[in-house]
Amino acid sequence: MSRVILEVDHLTKAFGGLLAVNDVSFQMYEGEILGLIGPNGAGKTTLFNLVNGVYKPTRGHVRFLSQEITGLPPYEVVKRGLARTHQIVRPLNEMTVLENVVVGACFGAENLGLEPAARVAEEVLAFVGLAEYRDTLAGKLNLALKKRLEVARALAARPKLLLLDEVLAGLNPAEVERMLGVIRRIREQGISILMIEHIMQAIMSLSDRVVVLNFGQKLAEGKPEEVASDPRVIEAYLGDPEMAKKILEEEA
Amino acid sequence: MKLFARPFFWLIVAVTLLYALLPTLGQNVTLRETLVLSAIYIILAANLNLMIGYTGYVNFGSIVFFGLGGYLTLWLVGGHHWGLYPAVLLAGAVTSLLAFLLGIGVLRLRGAYFALATIGINEAVKDFVANFDPWGGAEGIFLPFTAFKAMGGPGKALWTVYLLIVLVMGLSLLVAYLVKRSKFGLGLFAIREDEDAAMVLGVKAPLFKTLVYSLSAFLPAVAGGLYFFKNGSIIPDEAFNLHLSIEAIVMVMLGGQGTVTGAAVGAALYERLRGLLLTIPGLSNFHLVIAGVLLLLIILFAPGGLMGWLYRAWPRLRRVLE
Amino acid sequence: MPEILASVLDGLLIGLVYGLAAIGLTLIFGVMDVVNLAHGAVIALGMFAVYLLFGAGLHPYLGLFVVALIGLAFGVVVYLVAVRPIINAPPLMTLLSTFSVSMIIIGVGTAVWSTSPYNVNFPVTTLRILGYTVTSARLVAALAAVLVTGFLYYFLYRTTLGKAVRAVANNREAAELMGIPSQQILAISFGIGTALAMLSGALIATLFPFTILSGGIYELKSFVASVLGGLGNPTGALFGGVILGLIEGSVAPFIKISWTNVIEFVIFVLILLFFPTGLFGGRR
Ligand SMILES: Nc1ncnc2c1ncn2[C@@H]1O[C@H](COP(=O)(O)OP(=O)(O)OP(=O)(O)O)[C@@H](O)[C@H]1O
Ligand SMILES: [Mg+2]
Repeated sequence: MSRVILEVDHLTKAFGGLLAVNDVSFQMYEGEILGLIGPNGAGKTTLFNLVNGVYKPTRGHVRFLSQEITGLPPYEVVKRGLARTHQIVRPLNEMTVLENVVVGACFGAENLGLEPAARVAEEVLAFVGLAEYRDTLAGKLNLALKKRLEVARALAARPKLLLLDEVLAGLNPAEVERMLGVIRRIREQGISILMIEHIMQAIMSLSDRVVVLNFGQKLAEGKPEEVASDPRVIEAYLGDPEMAKKILEEEA
Repeated sequence: MKLFARPFFWLIVAVTLLYALLPTLGQNVTLRETLVLSAIYIILAANLNLMIGYTGYVNFGSIVFFGLGGYLTLWLVGGHHWGLYPAVLLAGAVTSLLAFLLGIGVLRLRGAYFALATIGINEAVKDFVANFDPWGGAEGIFLPFTAFKAMGGPGKALWTVYLLIVLVMGLSLLVAYLVKRSKFGLGLFAIREDEDAAMVLGVKAPLFKTLVYSLSAFLPAVAGGLYFFKNGSIIPDEAFNLHLSIEAIVMVMLGGQGTVTGAAVGAALYERLRGLLLTIPGLSNFHLVIAGVLLLLIILFAPGGLMGWLYRAWPRLRRVLE
Repeated sequence: MPEILASVLDGLLIGLVYGLAAIGLTLIFGVMDVVNLAHGAVIALGMFAVYLLFGAGLHPYLGLFVVALIGLAFGVVVYLVAVRPIINAPPLMTLLSTFSVSMIIIGVGTAVWSTSPYNVNFPVTTLRILGYTVTSARLVAALAAVLVTGFLYYFLYRTTLGKAVRAVANNREAAELMGIPSQQILAISFGIGTALAMLSGALIATLFPFTILSGGIYELKSFVASVLGGLGNPTGALFGGVILGLIEGSVAPFIKISWTNVIEFVIFVLILLFFPTGLFGGRR
C-alpha cells in the first residue's frame, strides 16, 4: 500500500469528566477515502477538532505525512495541507461566496496572493457548482449550497487531506447525488478524504475502509462490508434508536 | 493593485487637498479650526474602523492612543526640546509598540469582555497620568512659547500643524483603503465574520488582530501629538476623554462600519451636526440628547449606517465607494 | 492604627453600596448578555430622584421605596425601547444602544440640573461602634445595600418569577420551551437591574454631594466589582464591591486618594486577562 498520510495515535480528549475521544488510534493511507462512522455523540466531530487543531488533545498524537502536528493551531495545520469542513456550516455571512473561497485559497497550503487566489477560487467554484452564486452573500445561501461552500473553501486551500464532516446531512436525494459526484471527483484529483457520514449507503459505497467510533472509543475498523456485518457495530447503532431508524429507512 | 489607476485613490487625494486648501487660500482661521476638528474626527474614525468595522473588535477606549501620542509629543517637545517632527514620529512608534504588547493580552478577550477591557485600559492610563508627576499630574503639560519659535512663531506654526493633521487624515484614509483591498484586510474581514472559522481556513488570527490593533494606534497617536501641540497644552481629562472615544464609534456607525467612505463621511457629518447643535441657541443644552436619539435611531433602524443604506439603494456603488 | 481600621471600616461600608450597584449591572449581563452602558446615568438618576423626593418632603430612607419602583418601571421602558429590538444582534449593538440611552439621560439631566453639585441635606448623627466613629448615613446605606441584596436573593431563589429569571439566564431557549415568556422575564430583569442601580445612586446621594455626571465613576466601579466577582454572578459582584471598598479604605491613609483608581483599573484589566470568569466564577 501507499504512504501513510495521517496517523492518529492514542488520541484522547476529556471535557471535564467526559471522555469524548478515548484512546483512539488508526492510520490512513494516501489516496484513500476513510469513512468515520458512529452514533450521535460518539466523538467523531471532536476527533476532527483534535486532528486539525481546534482542540488540544488531553493525550496522544496526530501525525500528518510523518510530521508531528499535535497541538498546532488550526491555521498552521491547514498550511501543511490538511483542510476540513464544518458539520454545522460556518459561512462568512457578510462576504460573498467568492470572497469566502478566496479566503480559503489565500491562507491555505499555497499561501497565495489575492489575484492568484481569486483564480483558484473561480476554478473551485466551478468545480463544486457554485459559480453562478459567486457574488451572492454567503449568509443568503440555502443549506445545500452552504455545504457546498464549505467544501469549496476547504478545497481552495489545496489540501492533500480533506476532512469532511457530514457534508451530506440535511440534503435532499438529488443534492446528495450531486455532492457524491463532487467527492468522487475530489478523490480523482488524488486528494485523500476522511469523511464522517450518517448516510450508510453513501459511506459504504464511497469508502475504502471504515473506522467506527462509539462512546469515544474505536469500536471497529475494516472494509465497509466487514464493518457492516460486525455484530458490535450493529448493536452500537441499534442502541441509538434514531440511527436504527435511519438504517431501517434506507434498507426499505 | 495599481493604486494610481483606482478612482478611489484619487478621491482620497482630492478630499485631502480640499481640506488643505479651503482654509489656506483665504487664510480663514475660523474655517481652519472647524476643519481641524473634522480632520481629527476622520482620523479617529478611520483608524477605529480598522478594529470595529474590519475586524469586529469593539474598541471602546481607542482614544487612549490619541492621548498617549499627545502626552509623549508634548513631553519630548516641551521637556526635552525635541523638534515636532521627530517627536510625533517617535510618539506614534512608541504608542504603536505599546498597543502591540497590550494587544497580545487583551485581544484574547472577545465581545463585551474586550470592550470592557479597553475601557479599563483607557481609565487606568488616564488615572495613572493624572498622578504621574513627570507629566505634570492633573495639571498636565504646558508648552513654553519658545516651542513654536522653531516653526517660525505661533501664527505660522498653527498653519503648518494644520496641514500636517490634514496629511495624517489623508494617510489614515489611504491606510484604511489599502488594508481593505489587501490580503491582510481579507483575513481581518474573515475574523470579523467568524474568528474560529477564519482560523480553520488558515487565517493567523492572533497575529492579525495584534497587528491591526497596533496599526490602528499609530496615526491617531501622531494626530494626538499634532493636535495637542497645536493647543499648546494637554491635560488627562482631554487626552483620554472616554466620551470622545465612544463618539468615534458613533461616527463609524453613522457612516457605516467596514467602509472607508462611511467612516470618513460619518466623522465629518458628526462634526457638522455637533457644531450645529452647539451653536443653535436653545438646542445647545440638548446636543447630547439629540446625538443620543440619533444614535439610537441608527442602531434600531439603519445598523448599516449611511453606506449600508446607499449600497442597498444603488448596489453598484459598492464597487466605487469603498 | 486606629485611623487605619476606621478607614477600612468606612471602606467596607461604602463597598457594600458599590456592590449593590454592581449587582444591578451583573444581573442584566447574566440574564441577557447585555453590558448596560446606561448604568452610570441611571445611578445618577437615582441620586436626583431621592433629591427631588426629599424636596417634596419625603425622608430619604422612605424615598428609597419610591426610587425602587421608579427604577423598575424606567428599566422596563428602556428595555422595550432600546434593548428588545436588538437583543439578538452582536454585542456592539446593545453596548451602543444603552450608551445612547446614557447620552439622552445625561443630556436631559444637564439641561435641567446643569452639572453643578447637589446634596440631600438631612440630619445625620455620628455613632461610635467599638471605639470607631461612623456616620449613621454610612451605616444605614450599607445596611440597606445588604437588605436589598437579601431581598433580591429571596426573590431569585424563592419566588416563581425569580426562578423564571434564573431559568432564562441559564438558557433562554430551554426556558422558552418550558413555556416561560422570556421577553417578559428579560424586561423585568432589566427593570430590576435598573432599580438596583437607582437604589445605589439614592444611597450614595445620602452620603456625598453629587452632579448629573457623578454616575460615571460608579459605573466604572460597578464594572470593576462585577468583573472581580465574575460577570453574571450577583454574589460575586457584592464581594467585588466590598473588595473595592476595602482596597480604597486600606490604602487611603497611605497614598493619595487618586491613586486608588489606578490600582482598581489595573486590577480590573488583569482580572479580565487572567481570570475572565472572575474570582468567584462567572455566570453563577
Ligand atoms: N466543546 C465541548 N465541551 C464539552 N463537551 C463537548 C464539546 N464538544 C463535544 N462535546 C461532547 O463530546 C461528545 C462527542 O461529541 P461530538 O460532537 O464529537 O459527537 P459526534 O460523533 O460528532 O456526534 P454527531 O453525530 O451528533 O455529530 C458529546 O457527548 C458532546 O456533548
Ligand atoms: Mg458531529
